[in-house]
Amino acid sequence: MHVTVRLFARLRDVAGAAELSRQLPDRATARDAWDAITREFPGLASYGSSVSCAVNESYARFTTELHDGDEVAFLPPVSGG
Amino acid sequence: MAVRFLITDDPLDAAAISGLVATAGDGAVATFVGLVRDHNVGRRVLWLDYEAYAPLALKAFEQIADEAQASWPGVRLAIHHRTGRLEIGEASVVIVAASAHRGEAFAVCRYAIERVKQIAPIWKHEHFDGGEQWIEGATADPADETARALALERACT
Repeated sequence: MHVTVRLFARLRDVAGAAELSRQLPDRATARDAWDAITREFPGLASYGSSVSCAVNESYARFTTELHDGDEVAFLPPVSGG
Repeated sequence: MAVRFLITDDPLDAAAISGLVATAGDGAVATFVGLVRDHNVGRRVLWLDYEAYAPLALKAFEQIADEAQASWPGVRLAIHHRTGRLEIGEASVVIVAASAHRGEAFAVCRYAIERVKQIAPIWKHEHFDGGEQWIEGATADPADETARALALERACT
């Protein structure tokens, strides 16, 4: 299946892209998408469990199963305000 | 611009935002304005670039308002956050809480800024004298009850 991966703030800088299109196996989870991205961009791996994720513009767990056409976003620790 | 929750590149007007939530039954409006300051951990800050995941940030603001409504029924809240390049002294965030009485207005205002800092998908890119750096604070987890309890505690002291 095909998913869109969105990266923000320093994650985007490390990967050099705000948005990536990737093929993942059926029943892949947000965790699988993150693992695929960190294999591609090892500089992201140090974020470990400090990264949050969102699927289709809602906060989600890394165990969330993705579907064809989903948008999964990875968020470094936030600093608004 | 008459919406209670907003992410915008445009300058924020605290007075206009308070007009969005205050009603004839309100005796108190508490406003928090976050400003870009010229120093951070010993560095001389030149400007900040704010980035947001806007659709998710708006949902986070709505969640914060729902949480506030559950703890302080009847209080109305507006949260506007700016994005893009902000100079020293400019407002990055305006939070307005309106209530019949001052206690609830102050509490909700404080609660909301604590929660914004915990769960809103917004980031500061600090440009300082000598370099630049993304600021990374809290790992955003809207379901983290420990973080929510901390925000409640700060709001009530």
